Amino acid sequence: MTPTQISQIAFYFFAGLAVLGAILTVTVRNVVHSAIFLITSLLATAGIFLTLGAQFLFAVQIILYVGGIMVLFIFVIMLVNLDVALHQLQFNRQKWVAGLLALVLGSQLGVAIWFARAKGSLDIPSGRTGTLSPQNVEQFGLALFEKYALPFEIASVLLLVALIGAVVMTKKRI
Amino acid sequence: MVPISHYLFLSLALFTVGVIGVVTRRNVIVILMSIELILNAVNINLVAFSRHWANVDGQIFTLFIITDAAAEAAVGLGIIIAFFKNRETVLADEIDLLKW
Repeated sequence: MTPTQISQIAFYFFAGLAVLGAILTVTVRNVVHSAIFLITSLLATAGIFLTLGAQFLFAVQIILYVGGIMVLFIFVIMLVNLDVALHQLQFNRQKWVAGLLALVLGSQLGVAIWFARAKGSLDIPSGRTGTLSPQNVEQFGLALFEKYALPFEIASVLLLVALIGAVVMTKKRI
Repeated sequence: MVPISHYLFLSLALFTVGVIGVVTRRNVIVILMSIELILNAVNINLVAFSRHWANVDGQIFTLFIITDAAAEAAVGLGIIIAFFKNRETVLADEIDLLKW
């Protein structure tokens, strides 16, 4: 098998896994199962990043999303009363609205992508000036600390605000 | 080399599933998880175009979106815990104190 075939197989495998995990996340009744399927979908997305040659984001996706955010989600699911919520209705009566919304959004974006591809707007651009190498962690770091140094610092302020917000929200009396 | 349109269709599918989850589920925690799905779909788009244009900027944007998702999850789950302590429910349609 050539490397091209391997990357194609990897892409379709991870894509199917991501979509399957996403569908199960929103359809399963139990919230804990929902979280587990969301973890599957996020890990498959990490694989997609790897097929796109984004090695650093692959690691960040696993460490931060699966190791950080999803653990937080599961903690909160354990903190709120699960067995009461399990016997309640898990879906509201907006199925038709949701179906219509999904149909409109999906067909709109799908038609846009389809026509862009038919017109050749998604071909490899002839005037592309970027120099992204297959091993691009070094380039990523240089861009992050030179060109995007200010947004990086602002992101740290955002995280500080989120930290304080989370602490204030979980105080005994707010 | 998988064409970029396949990545876009994958992202479209994940985004649509996330929107359906936000609209149909009653549990606030699952709604937050569906929002994570939507953000993930956006990330796939950005990284795909980053490779398409051989430009690293899309990956940097993705890193910032992941940071935002972490901040949003922390504050959102804090709000859910505070709400659960006050009202003993996590269902979105019972959060109607400000509804006229």
